[in-house]
Order: sequence, then structure tokens, then C-alpha cells
Amino acid sequence: MSIGLNHYLILSAILFSLGIFAVISRKNAIMVLMGLELVLNSANINFIAFAKFGGMNIDGHIAAIFVIILAAAEAAIALAIVLNIYQNYKHVNVDEIDKLKE
Amino acid sequence: MSFNFPILSWITFLPIIGMIAILLIPTGKDENAKKRSHLIFRWTTVATTFIQLILAVIIYMNYNPAMKGITDVNTFQFVEKFTWIKAAFPMVGEIKIEYFLGLDGMSVPMVLLTAIVVFVASFTSFGISKQVKGYFMMYLLLDTGMMGVFGALDFFLFYVFWEVMLLPMYFLIGIWGGPRKEYAAIKFFIYTLLGSVFMLLVMIGLYFTFGTFNLIEMTNATKIIQGSIFSGLDTNWRYIGFIALFIGFAIKVPAFPFHTWLPDAHVEAPTAISVILAGVLLKMGAYGMLRIAFPIFPDSVGYFQYLIALIGTISIVYGALCALGQHKVGKRDFKKMIAYSSVSHMGYVLLGMASMRPEGISGAIFQMFNHGTITAMLFMIVGVIYDRSHTRGLDEFGGLANKMPIYTGVMAIAFFAAIGLPGMSGFISEAFIFLGSFQTFPVLTIISGLGIVLGAAYMLWALQRVFFGKENEKWAGPWDPTHTKYKTDDINGLELTALVPLAIIIIYLGINPGPMIDIMSASVNHFVDYMQPFVKIGGSLLGGM
Amino acid sequence: MTPENLLNIAILITLLPLLSFLINIFFGKKLGKVSSYIGTTIMGIDLILAVTVFVSKVFNTWSEYLVQNADKSLTYLASDAMVQLKYNWFSFGRLNVQVGIGIDNLAAIMLVVVTLISFLVHLFSTEYMAGDKRFPRFYAYLGIFTFSMLGIVIANNFLFMYSFWELVGLSSYLLIGFWYEKDSASNAAKKAFLTNRIGDLGFFSGIMILFFTYGTFMYDEIFGKMATGLIPFDSGTMLTVAGILVFMGAVGKSAQFPLHVWLPDAMEGPTPVSALIHAATMVAAGVYLVAKVFPMLTADALLVVAYTGAITAFIAATIALTQNDFKKVLAYSTVSQLGYMIMSIGVGSYMTGFFHLLTHAWFKAALFLGSGSVIHQMHHSAHHFHDHHTDPQDIRNMGGLRKTMPWTYATFLFATMAISGVPLTSGFLSKDGILAGTMAFGNLTGHWLIPIIGFSAAAMTAFYMFRLTIVSFHGDFKTKIAEHTSENKFVIVFPLVLLVVLSLWFWYSPNPFDANAGWFAHKLAAPKTAVPANLQWDFLLTEEQKTAYAEKTSKAAEAKANIKEALPATAEGTELHKEAVAPEANQGAKEAAATESKAVGELGHQENDLAKASEHKAEEVKTEAHTTETAAVKEEHKTGEAAVAAHGATTHEAGNAHAEAGTHGGGHYVNKFAEEMHHFHVPAMILSLIIAGCGIGFSFLMYQFKLFNPDALANSLRPLYNLSYNKWYFDEIYQATIIAFTVGFGKVLAIFDNKVIDGIVNLTGWFTKLVGHITAIFDNVVIDGLVNLLAKVTSLFGAMIRKVQTGRVQSYVAFVIIAIIMLVYFLK
Repeated sequence: MSIGLNHYLILSAILFSLGIFAVISRKNAIMVLMGLELVLNSANINFIAFAKFGGMNIDGHIAAIFVIILAAAEAAIALAIVLNIYQNYKHVNVDEIDKLKE
Repeated sequence: MSFNFPILSWITFLPIIGMIAILLIPTGKDENAKKRSHLIFRWTTVATTFIQLILAVIIYMNYNPAMKGITDVNTFQFVEKFTWIKAAFPMVGEIKIEYFLGLDGMSVPMVLLTAIVVFVASFTSFGISKQVKGYFMMYLLLDTGMMGVFGALDFFLFYVFWEVMLLPMYFLIGIWGGPRKEYAAIKFFIYTLLGSVFMLLVMIGLYFTFGTFNLIEMTNATKIIQGSIFSGLDTNWRYIGFIALFIGFAIKVPAFPFHTWLPDAHVEAPTAISVILAGVLLKMGAYGMLRIAFPIFPDSVGYFQYLIALIGTISIVYGALCALGQHKVGKRDFKKMIAYSSVSHMGYVLLGMASMRPEGISGAIFQMFNHGTITAMLFMIVGVIYDRSHTRGLDEFGGLANKMPIYTGVMAIAFFAAIGLPGMSGFISEAFIFLGSFQTFPVLTIISGLGIVLGAAYMLWALQRVFFGKENEKWAGPWDPTHTKYKTDDINGLELTALVPLAIIIIYLGINPGPMIDIMSASVNHFVDYMQPFVKIGGSLLGGM
Repeated sequence: MTPENLLNIAILITLLPLLSFLINIFFGKKLGKVSSYIGTTIMGIDLILAVTVFVSKVFNTWSEYLVQNADKSLTYLASDAMVQLKYNWFSFGRLNVQVGIGIDNLAAIMLVVVTLISFLVHLFSTEYMAGDKRFPRFYAYLGIFTFSMLGIVIANNFLFMYSFWELVGLSSYLLIGFWYEKDSASNAAKKAFLTNRIGDLGFFSGIMILFFTYGTFMYDEIFGKMATGLIPFDSGTMLTVAGILVFMGAVGKSAQFPLHVWLPDAMEGPTPVSALIHAATMVAAGVYLVAKVFPMLTADALLVVAYTGAITAFIAATIALTQNDFKKVLAYSTVSQLGYMIMSIGVGSYMTGFFHLLTHAWFKAALFLGSGSVIHQMHHSAHHFHDHHTDPQDIRNMGGLRKTMPWTYATFLFATMAISGVPLTSGFLSKDGILAGTMAFGNLTGHWLIPIIGFSAAAMTAFYMFRLTIVSFHGDFKTKIAEHTSENKFVIVFPLVLLVVLSLWFWYSPNPFDANAGWFAHKLAAPKTAVPANLQWDFLLTEEQKTAYAEKTSKAAEAKANIKEALPATAEGTELHKEAVAPEANQGAKEAAATESKAVGELGHQENDLAKASEHKAEEVKTEAHTTETAAVKEEHKTGEAAVAAHGATTHEAGNAHAEAGTHGGGHYVNKFAEEMHHFHVPAMILSLIIAGCGIGFSFLMYQFKLFNPDALANSLRPLYNLSYNKWYFDEIYQATIIAFTVGFGKVLAIFDNKVIDGIVNLTGWFTKLVGHITAIFDNVVIDGLVNLLAKVTSLFGAMIRKVQTGRVQSYVAFVIIAIIMLVYFLK
């Protein structure tokens, strides 16, 4: 059995679902962030897969690299935010951070 | 000379650059920094207006007095023209508004006057200590509006500048004014706005008549669209249109009976703003008549010619009598007296314009320039003692001639210039207004001559009250015992800087009016030729009264 | 001397005092006492230059001369009558405003008068004004006054004349109000300026009429055009009105009735100023003006001038009889003498009027400077006694000054004799001439009132002048202040002596009883009138003028007849035109209307064209008629031009002839008036001698020998005395009428403006506000109610939906995902 496009997509879908699950259900902000990383990586897998099977050539790779760079930047900013949240609340429990409500 | 440099746009929008510069400079927090930043604001304004003055002088130098302008679009100079707004609307069709600037012999003196007065008044503004940043920003915005009005040849553009000038004036009176500033500011604003509304309505009517906002094309009767509101000469609609425009401008002049905003606005406005108000803003009304109301409705001018001259005469005599009456009734306010004298002096302008004679109209434009410089001087002079004594009551002084001899000298120049003494510019303009108007309205002119006598009466009365006689004990000591703000009792260097150039201009133009008359004569003659078929010129003694 | 040089020197003469003004006003504080030396030196130079101009103008003949520069902006013209330049000051495109200066004999003499008196006053003031805290300022003002006065003198056009006229008013204002700490001084200055302004308003109106008619300000051009028959509004009345209006300027400046009230008050100024301005020069400017515009005054205007002068001379003389202030007496005598001069010119005796101006300038300046000398001493003396209550100017406090101030007394007495018309003085010559002129006028016109007034004023003048001299100089010292006086220094006495010497007869005429024997009468013959002959006194016209006029009238009648002939042709033309136009055009229009079709419309157009063509034809006929008419008019014009040429060419010669005729008493006179005046010369002389003698004698009897008691006389004539003492109540009347009315009206208008006009504005504002309030209530309750209701409903919904907003990011994400899933599901 050769590995085809569908396999990659299924992998990607599983990763995506896991990521979303983590984002929604986790209380720890760090964990939420990790879930986000999963979502991004699932997208990357899709890009690469389409690059290989969908005739996108190098474009998909480039997009993936952009996403990785973006993810790094996003992680840096997000961690900074999390650190700030920690300094303010002395915890990183997202359930109790509902300032947006106001 | 062809002028590729868009000098008119520069002179108009230069103050905006200055304004932005002031906006970007922060006001300091502590006392010293605050003082420093105030100094920067002041000198930025002075520098901006000074560059503007240089540009105005360049314009004056490069202006070709042989070209006539008025109705001939090709002989306007320093023209800048491109489409500004072009939009198609359902029902109305395409509306095209041009950014169209240009000068002729009527507007060059006004541009020069504006530049001079604004520059000089910026020195007078140094005394402002409240919200300095805002003041100078408003001041420069006002400057742009005024310059734009004199440069615009597109009615819409004219209107825009007209309104641009209105708002800063409101704030300048309303925030930095005297005790009744809110009342005065609102009165000024509503009055002028009323005029603007009339103007707006006529402007729209004219657009439907000519299909353009171009003021020069509107003077061309062949462009009238048949069946439109202002088509056909000597129709009621044209009369109504003219009257509406005339009222709009007469409010600004201000002519009797639309003048009552002026005394209040003058009394309450800070000195520099009074200077600009009298020096430039009043001219916009008369200029608007010459540029817009008269050439577009020449037939109506012919119909109402006598009425216009009559309003001029009433303004002259009425204004002078009210100024005289100030001495005897209520609080005798120095500024109020000068405000009424402005009504009287602008009456001469109306009379000269109504004469439709080259001498009369040249005299009227020259009078506008002269009134600008002379009244600017008068208001600054009042400002000088107001700053020191914090009162403008004519009765509260006396014997200042001994305390402030140089000041008295400068004052005497301004007063006698206002009286129309030969050797000063005011004489030439008043004399030629009379010589021109006598040919059309002999009887009205002789009645107006009373203004000369009454003018001398109230001016000399004030001169005597304030400067001669015994010194009032109230001001026996020095103005400023600590000698920090005022080192000597007499006028200081800064004030002289503002006053002396004006005095020099007044005397120079009194001895040699040629440079100013030459600039406008080609345009004025063309204007008279253009108006000639419609109006009454010359005639018998009693025929036209 | 070339005309250019002469004029350049004249300009230099005028500008030098301005230099003095500028130096003293800007550097006065630093200069201090030196400013007087500068001023006096400049005036000295000025005087020398003026004498140069005078000699070369008056005692040379000037040939016809015309030089123009390339663009014709500057023209030099010279003839025996006047050396002048014209300069295009500025232009209104089509209309050049020309100004310029001109020196005629009148101006040349006047230049010397002004500069000499000004020089002497400068000199006098170095002592008189010494110690004043504004000493340099005084010299500055003297400078600007002299400048503007000289400007009046050399002007050859109305515009310059008026300009300097006003500037003179300004300098007079400054000098009267020199001691402005005194309210009376600043009031007097204001009064002088305003009274003059009223006169100037008339003057300017006159200029407007002339400018409107002739389009120029130049005297010679206006008179030239007038002589061709061009008059304002084609009406002789308007020419008279123009003349009277211009004369109003003189009424103001020369303090003539009814504007004379300012001059006595003007004595508040320093005494040298009174001598310079209010006695010798400025007030004479009015007379000078009338002399300059003499050619344009019609018979009616001249009559007004004559009566104004006479009334003034009489009223002022009666007032002077009872005044006690030294300077007031002199002031009223000045007014009276000015009235004399004006009256003289008014009756047509041009030369004597100006002659009296000249002689009066010397002796009146001497009188005023003499009074200055007295007052100076009285002041010092009063100061010495620390007496600040005694009025140093009141003649009742003087007496006996003859002993302490011999030089002042001698000169003053001589000047008094001159003004009273005692033989061997210049005053006798000029006064005698004036009286002869008035008598001639009375005989020719029947206006005998004028000579009667003239003689009675002469009697009063002799009386009150000797009263002044006797009361103040003769008898015993009346106060210790008077006793303590002493003679003044050289700089004060010298001007007095010089002026008195100039008041001797021989300067003007070798014969002390006949002015016509001297150069003055020769050089100042009356200019020929430019007024159309039918508007002028018959006796002022020369024979040529009369014949020219008669010819012209007949030609005009002929031309009129021609026009009448042409008229039917014109009428015919008009009718033809009407006939041609009306039916065809009508037809065209009718047809066009009837068929309502384009083609027919075009037809109508064609018809219209046809109509136009016929109109054209009619026009041609009309033009022909016009041509006939113009030819007639042209002919008339030619006659007029010939008259002008004759006028220009003969003016001066005729004048000279007149003078010579007068001198030699030979048969040929220039006009009837000259002849009549010659006849009345001797009777007038005898009468005036008798009358002056009576006045002087009466004065001596009353004040020197005390044969009558003046107080008893005053008591018996109490109402008359009061009238005179209170100056005929002029000030009170003006105060109660004109001033009160103007000020009251101003007050009423100010209130009107404040309450009514502004009231309407405010009422409108208030009403708008009221409407606003009502609208606001409506707005609040109804409109806003609806809006609020809407808002309430909205917020209710909001409150419900709000619950969804947890603020937790995770729930938001969950919503998003659910939403995406639903989207995907539904959109599929």
C-alpha cells in the first residue's frame, strides 16, 4: 500500500481536531498555545501534501515555511502575552481570564 | 512673465504647513518648557507669515499691470487650474468643480494687504497666554481661508475658503475674547453664516444657469442656459439673486443695517483678531461684490445702483454719528468707536463702487487697502494701552501724551490718516471716491461729505480725551512698577515693530499712490467698460440725485 | 534764470522747512536748544532763496516756453503770467491726475511774505519759547507749518491746494494745542480744525464740481476751458455755486463770518504762533485762494464774497471794541482786516485786496510779536512776584509800558498807525485802495452798503487799535507787575523793527498817497475773468471780451437757426424709420406665430432682416440730419476757441495796460471798474483820512485825556455793549444749535443702533431661541420618546443576547468552530 494524498489529509485532520480540542478544552494557557501549534502544523502538512500530489510544486513548500515562521513569531508574542497575564493574575488559567466580557 | 511655480497655492496653503508644524511641536510640561514652546509657536507663526509676505511681494513685483482680468479669463495671472471634484449625479448630471486660482488688478492689492496685516498682527498676538498652541493654529488656518478667498476664481472654491475662514474666527473670538466673548462670537458666526446661506443658494442657482462654477464664465451672458432660473436680463429672479448675494456680502462689509455684529465682535475680540477682522475680513465683503455680485448681475446693479450708493451714504454718516455718539452715551469704549468708524469708512467703499467710474472704483479698492492698514494701526494702538491698563474706556485716560510721547506720535499718524489728512493714503482714496461718485450721484456725495467733518470730530475728540489735558491720577505711576514686562512707560520695541511698517506704508502711499493705482487701473477700466451698458454713469445734477 | 531753475528753487524752498521738521521731530530730544538754531538757519536760507525767486519772477519778463520730457509726464510751461510745471502724479488708466507747482507774481510775493515772517518768528521764538519743555517740538511744528503754507503758495492746481490746505490745518491744530495740558488749548485746537473742516467740505465740493466738468485740477486748464464757454451742468447757477463752494474754503481758513469763531480761540497757542499763523500767513491763505480763483468767480459769487467780507469786517470790528484780552483784540482786528481783503476782492478790486494782505502781514505780525514781547515780560514779571492770578494778557493790568519797553512801544505804535490807515504807512495805501474799490463798486451796482460798512469798520479799527495802545502803553502802571517789566532782548526787538520798516510806504510806491504809482500795482494787475460774459459784472469785462461775446451770441443764434432747419429732417428720418420698421417686423412675427413651423419662422427672420435694412436706411437719413447739426455746433465751438486764444494772449497785457492806465490817469482803461476806481481815488482818500482821524481822536479823548468815561458810555449802551463783549453770542448759538444737534443726533443714533437695530437682531435671536425651545420640548417628548423606545427595545434584546458573551476566549473559539461547521454544512 503506497501512501497517498488521503493519508496525509487524514493525518492532518486528526492533528487539526486534536489541536482544536486542546484550544477549547485546556485550562492552562500554555496548553492552549500548544493546541494552536498543532492546528498550524496540520495546515503545514496539508500544504506539503498538496505540493507533492496537487501539482503545486515549490509553492506549497514556501507557504509551509511562511507558516512555520509565522508560528514562531506568533509563539513569541503569545508567550509574552502569557507571561504578562501571569504577572497580572499570578496564574494562567484561561477560564478565569474573562476581562473581555467587560 | 510666465510663472510655473504655483505661487498662489503656496501663498494660500503655506499657513497650513505652519499650522501642522505647530501641531507637531508639543507644549512643554513645566513652566520653562512651556514658555519655550510658546516662543516657538509665536516665531513659527511669524516666520510663516513672513514667508507669505515675501511671496505676496513677489506676486506684486511680477504682476503685469497691463493685463485686465475681470471677465477675460486669459488675462488672469498666476493662474492655477485643474479639476478638483468631478462627479456625475442622477438628475443633476455631472458636477465639475475646479481648483481655479488666479489674480487680477482687484485681487492683488487684497492679497498684499492680507499678507501685510497677518504678518503684522502676528506680533500683536504675542500677548496671548492662554492655549497658545490652539491660538496660533487657528490663526494660521484663518490666514489660509482669507488668502484663498482672494485667490479663488471658482465660486465653489470661493465658498469653501469663505467657510474655512469663518470657523477659526469663531473660536478666536469665542475662546480668546473679552468678557462677552461667547455672545460676540455666536453673533458673528450666525450673522456671517446667514450671509453664507444666501450665497450658497445663489451659487446653486447660478450653477444651473451657467452649468459651471467658474466665476469668469459666469460673466459671459452667452453661456446662460435658456430657461434657467437666472436667464434673461432684468427679471425678478435676477434681482432676487443679486439682492441675496448683496446681502451676503453686505453683512461682511458691514453696511447699514447689517453692521451690528461688528461693534460687538471688535470689542470682544483680542487685539490681533480685531486687527485682522477690520483689516482683512471686512474687505472680503466688498471684494465679493466686485468679483461676484456685480459682474454676474450687471443688469441688477444698474437697477439697484442708487440703492447701493444710498446704503453707502447712510453707512458713512450713520457710522460717523454713532462713533460720535459713543462719546456721550453709556460706556465709551475706544474699540467700539473705531468699529463704528469702520462702518463709516467702508461706506466710502460702497459709494465708490456704486459710482461705476474708474476713479470711484479705484478709489474704493484703494480705500479697502488703506482702511486695512489704517484701522489695523488703530486697533493695535488701542491694544497697546489695553495691555497696560486693562481698560479701553475713553474717559479713563488723559494726558498720555506726556507719559508716552512716541506712542502719541504713532497714534497721531494713525488718527490723522483715519481723518483723511493729505499726505496719507486715506486722503487719496477718499478724495477719488468722492470725485468719482460725484459724477454719478452728486447729491449723495455731498451728503457723504459730512462724514469727513464728523470723522474729524470723533477722532479729535478721542485724541483729546486720551492724550491731552491733565494726566489721570489713576495712571500716575509707571505701568509696571516692577519693570519686568514694560521697562519704560512708552511703547516698546515689539509694538513699534508692528506699527512702524504700517505707518510707513500709509505715508508712502499717501505721497506716491502710483504703485497701487497702476496695479488696478487696467482691471478697473475694463470692469467699468464691462458694466457700462447696464449702469448709470455721470449725468445731470439732480437727475440721479 | 531758466524756468526749470526757478521751479527747482521753489521746490527747494518748500522742502527745506520739511527738513527742519524731520530733524527736530526725530532728533529734537538730543538737540535741545540747538534745534532752534537749525530751524532758524534753515528759514534764513529759505528766505534768501525766496527773495531770489521773487526778484527773478516779478522783475523779469518771461517768454513763452514749453518743454516736455519724453513720455510727457513732466511739462515745464512758462509765460509772463506764470512759470509752472505739470507732473503726472498717477493715472487711472485713461485719466491722468496731474499736479504741479506754479509761480506767478502772486505766489512769488507770497513766498517772501511766508518765509520772512516765518524766519522772524523762528528768531523771536528762540527767546520767547526758551525754557519750554517741548522746545524742539515747537520748532518742528513751525517747520511743518511753513512747509505746508509754502505748498499752498506754489500749488498750481486744486488738488495740491486742497492737500496743503488741510496740512496747514493740521499744523495749526498742533500749534494751537501746543500746550495741550490746558483744556482750553486743546479745545481751541479741536475747534479750529473742525471749523476749518466745515469750510473744507465746501471747498472740496467745489473742487468736485470743477473736476467733474473739466476733468482736471489745473487752474489754467480749468479757466481756459471755462473761457470757451464750458460751464458745470451747463448752468450759470452751478458755476456760481462752484465758486461759492470754493470760497467756503476761504471762509473757514480766513475766519470769515459765519466760520470766524475759531480764530479768537486760537490765541491759546503761543504768541509767535499767533503772529505767524493766525495773523500773517495761514489766515491769509483764504484771501490768496480767492485771488487765485478770481477768474472763475461769477458776478453773483463775487457779490457773496463781497458781502461775506463786509459782514465779517463789521462784526469783528464791533467785537474788538470791547475786548480786554490783549491778543483777543488783535485776533478780532485780524478777522476784521481779513474781511476787508475778502471784501476788496469781492468787489473786483483784486490788486488792493492782495496788497492789503501783504501790508497787513507785516504790520499785524509786528503787532502780534509786539504783544508777544509785552506778554513775555508780563509773564516773567508775574512769575517774579509769584502771582498766578493776575492775567498777564489783560490790558487792564498793564499801562505805562511805554516807559519800560520803549522799543516795543515805538514799533507797536507805528504798526497801530499802519493798521488805522495813517498816511506814510503801507496800511494807508492799501486801505485807501480798498475803500476806493468799494465806492466804485457801490456806484456801479448800487450796493452802497459795502462802502458804508467799509468806512465804519475803518473808523472802528482806528478806535480800538488806539484804545489798545493807549490803555496798555500810556498812562501809569496799573499793577506792580507792569512796573517790573523791562525791554526784551535783541532777538525779540529786531523782528519788530524790521517789520515796522517794511510797513513804510516807499517799498511799494514812491507816492505815499497813490499805490498805483508803484511797482506793486503794475505787477499785480487783476487777471481777466474766465466766466462767460453774461454771468459776469459788465464793468469787469474788457472791450475785447464784450465784442467777442456779442459775436459769439450772434453766431450761436445762427447755429441755433441751423439746428432748427435740421430738425425737420431729423423728424422725417425718425418717422421714415418707424414706418419702415413697424409693419414689416410685425408681419414677420405674426406670420411666424400663425403657422408655427420652422420654415415660416425662417421667413419671419428674413422679414426681420428686411426690416433691419430699412431701419438702416432711416438711420442714414438721421445721420445726415445730424451732420448738419454738428456743423452748426462746430462753428459755434470755433468761435469759442477764438475767444480762449484771445483770453490767453491778452490777459497779461491787458492787466499791464490797466495798471499803466491807472497810473497815468490817461483816457484808456482796461475796464469800466478801473476807470471808476480812479475817479473815486481822491474822495475815498479824503473820507478815509477823516474817518481814521475821528477814530483815533475819539480814542485819545476817551482813554488818554479821559474826557468821556468809557464805563458810563458802556452803561448807557448796555445791550450793544453786551452784544459786542460777548462776541455777538456766536459761540453760544453754535453750541446750542449745530453742535448740540449733531452731538444729540449722534447720541440718539448710538442708542438707536444699540436698542433698535441691535434690538431687532437680538429679538430675532431670542425668537429663534424660543422656537428652538418649543421644538426642543417636542423633540424631547415625542421624537426622542420614539427613539428612546426603540433604544429600550434594542437594549432589551441586547441584555438577552449579552449572556453569550462570556469573555472567555475558548468559548469564542468554540462558537467560531460551530459556526464554521454550520456554514460548511449549509452552504454545501
